[in-house]
Amino acid sequence: MADLSIDFCGVKSPNPFWLASAPPTNSGDQVKRAFDAGWGGAVWKTLGNPIVNVSSRFGAVDYGNTKMMGLNNIELITDRPLEVNLREMADVKKHYPKNTLIASLMVDTKDEWHEIVKKVQGVGSDLIELNFGCPHGMCERGMGSAVGAEPEVLKTIVGWVMEVAEVPVIVKLTPNIGDITEPAIAALESGASAVSLINTIKSIVGVDLDLMVPRPVVGNASSNGGYCGPAVKPIALHLLGQVAHVFPKPISGIGGISNWRDAAEFMALGSTSVQVCTAVMHYGYRIVEDMIEGLNDFLDDKGIASSRGLVGKAVPQYQNWGNLDLNYHVVADIDPDKCIGCQLCFVACMDGSHQCIHIPGMDDAAKKKAGHVVFPTDIPDRPVTAEGGTPGARIPWVHEEECVGCNLCQLVCPVEGTVTMREKRKAPEKETWNDRINAGTDVVPGGLDATAKARGAK
Amino acid sequence: MSDYSLPDGRLEEQLGDKAPLYSRAEAVAEANRCIYCVDAPCIAKCPTSIDIPTFIHKIATDNVRGAARTIFEENLLGASCARVCPVEVLCAGDCVYNQWGREPIAIGRLQRYATTNALAQDAALLSKTKAPSTGKKIALVGSGPASIAAAGHLALDGHRAVIFEKKAIPGGLNTLGIAPYKLKAQDALDEIDMVLGLGDIELRTGVGVVAADPGEGEVSAAQLLEEYDAVFIGIGLGPDNYLGIDGEDGAGVYGAVEMIERIKVDPGFDISSMKSVAVLGGGNTAIDIARELAQLGVPDVFMVYRKTAAVMSGYRHEMDGGLKDGVRLVENRQPIAIVRDLGGEVVGVDVEDTSGGGAGGETLACDAVAFAIGQSRLTVLAKAFPGVELDDKGRVVVDDETAKTGNTKVFAGGDCVNGGKEVVNAAEHGKRAAREITRMLNAG
Ligand SMILES: Cc1cc2nc3c(=O)[nH]c(=O)nc-3n(C[C@H](O)[C@H](O)[C@H](O)COP(=O)(O)OP(=O)(O)OC[C@H]3O[C@@H](n4cnc5c(N)ncnc54)[C@H](O)[C@@H]3O)c2cc1C
Ligand SMILES: Cc1cc2nc3c(=O)[nH]c(=O)nc-3n(C[C@H](O)[C@H](O)[C@H](O)COP(=O)(O)O)c2cc1C
Ligand code: SF4
Ligand code: SF4
Ligand code: SF4
Repeated sequence: MADLSIDFCGVKSPNPFWLASAPPTNSGDQVKRAFDAGWGGAVWKTLGNPIVNVSSRFGAVDYGNTKMMGLNNIELITDRPLEVNLREMADVKKHYPKNTLIASLMVDTKDEWHEIVKKVQGVGSDLIELNFGCPHGMCERGMGSAVGAEPEVLKTIVGWVMEVAEVPVIVKLTPNIGDITEPAIAALESGASAVSLINTIKSIVGVDLDLMVPRPVVGNASSNGGYCGPAVKPIALHLLGQVAHVFPKPISGIGGISNWRDAAEFMALGSTSVQVCTAVMHYGYRIVEDMIEGLNDFLDDKGIASSRGLVGKAVPQYQNWGNLDLNYHVVADIDPDKCIGCQLCFVACMDGSHQCIHIPGMDDAAKKKAGHVVFPTDIPDRPVTAEGGTPGARIPWVHEEECVGCNLCQLVCPVEGTVTMREKRKAPEKETWNDRINAGTDVVPGGLDATAKARGAK
Repeated sequence: MSDYSLPDGRLEEQLGDKAPLYSRAEAVAEANRCIYCVDAPCIAKCPTSIDIPTFIHKIATDNVRGAARTIFEENLLGASCARVCPVEVLCAGDCVYNQWGREPIAIGRLQRYATTNALAQDAALLSKTKAPSTGKKIALVGSGPASIAAAGHLALDGHRAVIFEKKAIPGGLNTLGIAPYKLKAQDALDEIDMVLGLGDIELRTGVGVVAADPGEGEVSAAQLLEEYDAVFIGIGLGPDNYLGIDGEDGAGVYGAVEMIERIKVDPGFDISSMKSVAVLGGGNTAIDIARELAQLGVPDVFMVYRKTAAVMSGYRHEMDGGLKDGVRLVENRQPIAIVRDLGGEVVGVDVEDTSGGGAGGETLACDAVAFAIGQSRLTVLAKAFPGVELDDKGRVVVDDETAKTGNTKVFAGGDCVNGGKEVVNAAEHGKRAAREITRMLNAG
């Protein structure tokens, strides 16, 4: 049994699984039920001066048979009176002293910041998270992502908070910015203890073509919202990886986390804790059981004694393209015992890659028509024999010498394990583009005359 | 791998696997089809109340061991049940997809995927949760699913469990009765091994429990009550019933359960001379033996049932499968005699029309007959435990929640209590009894 507990800026949490500031942390009753289900911490729905919300508020992107691959919202911060939230927070902390209670805040002026920080500290918040990320509504009022996107403004506000802060302060970053490392470094310089990311991504999920109004529809208009859910995970992971390289303090990872594996990936890329919103909005607090169990088993399998041992494990391997080994090379291999003969790999390679997958039995004219430019003569003619295969279909053949190792065929193949990528190095030694730059050999023949001339002149 | 390995050359080895193990991709695709219902109707239809949406969700997230834990927590025989449960009338029968007119989730196959792969990854998956030893010991009579499940739960609770099985091969009908295309005897035995490994469990095969006066290799009810802190009765049902009609005795006439046992575990059983077999009965055992014989290549297999298919107690999905296997169904016929030639060989069954259509009698030609009209009750042994009562159908009377009999030390479950249902019902009884025994023993 691995030790799942974490230490986040000196605050102990029973596990790394926290609820993100959002509807699942709207009230004390909800947070209590979440803690009962096993969540280690909760970032309360952002507090500030209560707002008025519109309806409808959410839009979703369904993909194929998957509901809510992405979720978008135009909801603002809490719409409940501050006093009510504070009373409930105190009550939660009293009954769940071991769970981590994080107050998420968003206000405007220095006095407001001072007042609210003191108030949430007074009710026993373990940590404070500054919501500099909300990309709709609040930013029009100069708050949320309007702050997160301006490192100087961010520094000023963090400075105000630090004047009265007695608990560690997390700055929640917005992804709606050109370079995420700028606000991360600004947070560091202004004395924040941690960052969390990502908040939602500016989005319009669709347009109602009858009304000619973007979704979600509010009467006869709509506004851009914030996008989250499984669809944003790759974006969040990337921004996390970038921040992990410049931010030496704890990070709380957020964005599309739905299960233990997602969580483990975020932790490997530098998250000490992870926060979840959409997956809980979709399926409920109950999903945490699988997250705890799955992470535990995973750590045990890898011989990692505690969840802390996983944090940041993949960060050094996230590198600039220029450092990648150009001599590392893989080629596609099709397992003739598994292939069902659907030819999806063929069309993907023909139209989407390098025309090196062949279907046996074509004469040269047919090959030419199909789009081949190289005509190997030794294509093996293998009928599909796999169970469930298409009768009479032929097994495609990869012309290894032409295969660029893009692995598109592997990605499209519907039968797991049929296409594998086999290592076939171009040369034993490692050579990167940066090595070529250093050696002055970073010109590939076949380019522009002007470039060749400029380089030759150098 | 099992302590009990079966010899080669048994007929059941010739039969395939009706619903093979899913590959990972197949399992994940099917798991993702499940909508992860809240208050899911499928759970209510599982006799052991497995949290089905949770275990399926865990398959979807690749948390296979977690999925198996969720299954085993409620049903230690989840691996067998995955394959033998008639899911069409249990969990999957109430999956929300049915109402939508779409294929229900293949719950049994997903359960098989999770249990098989989890145990392959970690054979000690369950024993990690074992409680410290309590020093209490419980005797279990019979080694069918009811007793095996009870013993497993008791062992995890820290007790010592001693199972007495009169046959040489353990497992009851789960080993000896299940249609081979669902579960092979060896798989059932391997599962028993898994359960025996959960804690302090001893299995004594070839030891019958008798009402009184134990002989060699026997132990009496009184001895068990004397020596153990509690006793669980899981003796199942008795031998096949017969009709008491002419020609019934002698070669060529079998009890269906007896015949299935021989198909599964007796390498000496030979059916090559059977060209036409009459199966008497319309229950699931009748359909099973008919399907097995047909699949094993008997050219003509027909069931003789006294009423119509519409009111048969055998499951419709099983009968449909039987018809596809080539089994014929003769409805509205009551057997009145087995006809033998001068040499004593079976040549047919005399039947009477019961439809009221007045068709009169006829002889249905065949060279072997299998009686599948139910199993008898083992009432004598049950009654040997003071306080244990039977109902008018010979079933042991228990409290449903606790599996308690009229004797506070004696519990019972499985077919001997419900008159013959499924493995999953026996597993649930075993679990309830174990929970109550633990509650009782730990209370003092
Ligand atoms: C042909 C057939 C097919 C079936 N198919 C299915 C199916 O597909 N799916 C399903 O879920 N269920 C099926 N069942 C039902 C299922 O097998 C039973 O419900 C289940 O095995 C009952 O378990 P049990 O532990 O109560 O009894 P049993 O499995 O009958 O086990 C009782 C054990 O007790 C032993 N015993 C009896 N008396 C004594 C004694 N005095 N001393 C010591 N030991 C004793 C017996 O030898 C036996 O091993 C089938 C049943 C039959 C007959
Ligand atoms: C309906 C909704 C309301 C949200 N409200 C807040 C909020 O008040 N404060 C905040 O910091 N983030 C808010 N978020 C953003 C989430 O905390 C989280 O950063 C984002 O949803 C990404 O995580 P996910 O992919 O797990 O949903 C909200 C998200 C949603 C969907
Ligand atoms: S996509 Fe996969 S299954 Fe289809 S033809 Fe190619 S290798 Fe075979
Ligand atoms: S034990 Fe049987 S009824 Fe219960 S969920 Fe599993 S397959 Fe369905
Ligand atoms: S009813 Fe069907 S869809 Fe719903 S949880 Fe059960 S198996 Fe899944």
